[in-house]
Amino acid sequence: MNIRQILDTVKKPFGKGEKFEKYAPAINAFDTFLFVPNHTTKHGAHIRDAVDLKRTMITVIIALLPALFYGIYNTGYQYYSQLGTAFSTMDAVIHGSLKIVPMIAVSYIVGLAIEFAFAIFRGHEVNEGYLVTGLLIPMIMPVDIPLWMVGVSVAFAVLIGKEAFGGTGMNILNPALTARAFAFFAYPTYMSGNKVWVSEASNLDGVSGETILGMLASGESSIPYDVSQMFYGGIPGSIAETSTFMVLIGALILIYTGVGSWRIMIGSVIGAAVTGLLFNLWGANELMSFNWFNHLIVGGFAFGVVFMATDPVSAAQTTKGKWIYGILVGLFCILIRVFNPAYPEGVMLAILLMNVFAPTIDHYVIEANIKRRVNRKIKSNLNVA
Amino acid sequence: MSNDIRVKNGLSINLKGAPENIVKKAPFPKTVSINPSDFHLIIPKMVVKVGEKVSAGDVVFFSKKNPEIKFCSPVSGEISDIVRGAKRRILEILINCDEKQIAISHKISDFKKFSKNQILETLLNSGCWPFIKQRPYDIIADPTDSPKSIFISTLNTAPISADFEIILNEQKKEFITGITALKKLTEGDLNICVEKNHNSFINEIDNVKIHNISGVHPAGNVGVQIHHIDPVNSGEKVWVVGAEDVALIGKLFLTGEYNPTRTLAVSGPPVKYPQYYKTIVGSSLSEIIKDAGIDTDLNLRYINGDVLTGRLVEKDNYLGFYNNTLSVLREGNQYRMFGWIPFINNAVPSIYKTSFSWLFPNKKYDLDTNLNGEERAFVVTGEMEDVFPMDIFPMQLLKECMSGNIEKMENLGIYEVAPEDFALIDYSSSSKIEAQKIIRDGLDLMISEVG
Repeated sequence: MNIRQILDTVKKPFGKGEKFEKYAPAINAFDTFLFVPNHTTKHGAHIRDAVDLKRTMITVIIALLPALFYGIYNTGYQYYSQLGTAFSTMDAVIHGSLKIVPMIAVSYIVGLAIEFAFAIFRGHEVNEGYLVTGLLIPMIMPVDIPLWMVGVSVAFAVLIGKEAFGGTGMNILNPALTARAFAFFAYPTYMSGNKVWVSEASNLDGVSGETILGMLASGESSIPYDVSQMFYGGIPGSIAETSTFMVLIGALILIYTGVGSWRIMIGSVIGAAVTGLLFNLWGANELMSFNWFNHLIVGGFAFGVVFMATDPVSAAQTTKGKWIYGILVGLFCILIRVFNPAYPEGVMLAILLMNVFAPTIDHYVIEANIKRRVNRKIKSNLNVA
Repeated sequence: MSNDIRVKNGLSINLKGAPENIVKKAPFPKTVSINPSDFHLIIPKMVVKVGEKVSAGDVVFFSKKNPEIKFCSPVSGEISDIVRGAKRRILEILINCDEKQIAISHKISDFKKFSKNQILETLLNSGCWPFIKQRPYDIIADPTDSPKSIFISTLNTAPISADFEIILNEQKKEFITGITALKKLTEGDLNICVEKNHNSFINEIDNVKIHNISGVHPAGNVGVQIHHIDPVNSGEKVWVVGAEDVALIGKLFLTGEYNPTRTLAVSGPPVKYPQYYKTIVGSSLSEIIKDAGIDTDLNLRYINGDVLTGRLVEKDNYLGFYNNTLSVLREGNQYRMFGWIPFINNAVPSIYKTSFSWLFPNKKYDLDTNLNGEERAFVVTGEMEDVFPMDIFPMQLLKECMSGNIEKMENLGIYEVAPEDFALIDYSSSSKIEAQKIIRDGLDLMISEVG
């Protein structure tokens, strides 16, 4: 018996009219993971493109991997270098993996359990969107957040952020950022401050670590990191956000394959750069005079605009709307960084804010199209008369 | 004023088995069929009974809603069967052909002096009227309307479909006569869209507007051309006629007879001799399939029309009323292990560069009918706009069609689209959205609610 025959035997009780028909979405999710199903076209075009949501989502995961691997290494690197002990790359990777792999496991187990339950309850197939969300959530958390908080945040994001709106494709806010925002406001002591960004910082006296933006917000002007460290990512921060370089590799994969919107990414960079430049000219506080280029490579800006702002469901959906949305994400990110002392990092709130406004942006872009059509009709009637 | 239109947003799909420039005469069919499902929303009212004798051009049925629109027998013979389905709906009318063909004759002498009404009457009585379709809604035109313009597309950009240049090559006189007749039906322009840089006899025709079209599919779709040249506003009607159908109308005005011959391209990867056949509308397909060297024992799909918009038929079925292409594909009802993982399987091309297929832009593919995934919610945005060359928001229009919001459908441009314009969205959608079906249902809703 080959795998296909075994699967067909296992699937039999889940078939139409059989005992476990209700649970078919669960077994189908595993089946379609192994095999592209034998479904043929029934309506419309008789041939179809190779792409489906599984392939789209796995492409995003591939794009995330460089940042994830660097995040794992950097977690160990920050810990050992703060501790001041000698260590090898392997030590750093092992330390990071021990911290991060359990977080990823918790995120997938909790999130997928809820997704499967809703698929069975609602009688639709399991959507692939959570494959990306489930990896994103641990990647944007501080490394020392307790696992149960990861689980609670995931449950909140999937239940309230997504399923409450009707499931995949219907949500207003990016689910991964919803999870982070939930954790941020529910457990602020674990999500901000100067003791959470480096592994074990709160337990060991010798270890402390503050993000660059945190230092600037508290008025420190001398940053102990140079531009190349900021760019390559040897700095404290949320797990996978630190290396702009690795994020850029991911961005290239997304843009090259056509899966991520380059308009949103470029728009955000333009918005943030221009805003940063203007504040450089003003220069009233440390964050204002922080070089505009450095604004782009510290904190979660790069990670946010490449992987979160481009979420097609919660972003603007029209071509023009994507430009406007992107530019505003960049603008608000810097604005929040500079003006709000409570939130030294602004990218999360900027994206969530623009998620809320994305339908409004689209509305006006579409209204313009409708107006063109109405004007055309008036003109045509005039010609006839 | 330049009449050039260049279509950038679209896609050319390279398939194996494009028809070669060979035109063969198919044997005269033993049986022909008239299939009312070719005529969207027409409810047939039968005129003949089983066993009755008909000549070519005799009325077989007319439209229940609009009795002026008649559907005539393409051959002389005997009505052998009227196949009915649920609620006695007529599915197909079969006619056994006589050995000696006779046709009834219509008065056409001096048709150049005919008034608009005389032309209309001749078209309606001869059975040629169904060749004239209208936008909006993509249905047979209403003879009482006065269209603001008429459009004829003489280029076909759909994958491995018939090339009208080959088809019209032997019917130049008929085509020009057809244009002369059709010109009388509108006070507006008669627009003919031709492939740019092609020196065709069409460029010499007087009193018409010629538009040079270039670019990728769906550049040949008449709806796309109308959108860029003379878009349909609400309340307006534009009539469209297929390229060979113009020649058939021309033949009517030259001979006085309804003789709907068809130059049929047989194409597709499993076809051994992809080429053209001269046959007749509604002809049985089995002889042609055999002659084209198709192995009928294989698990194949036969399509009346092109691979993007055609209707599924069986190998012993009949040619449709409007189709110039018979496409054949392998059925794709087999599983592919881990086929969804990017960069593994390069046999299926993708608009996303997630397989290495983009490295070989000229490679021709042997695609099957596998859906390559399962239907999902709308997630990815922007991919529809890339294959939809109109100033319309396709995803937003589809969503409003699904929710049946008539006002919004109207605002977003439902009058300008036909299902075929959404064929590439069907093809490329990562959520496997059935866009053509959604648009057809949306148009039908508009017809019943707005009219």
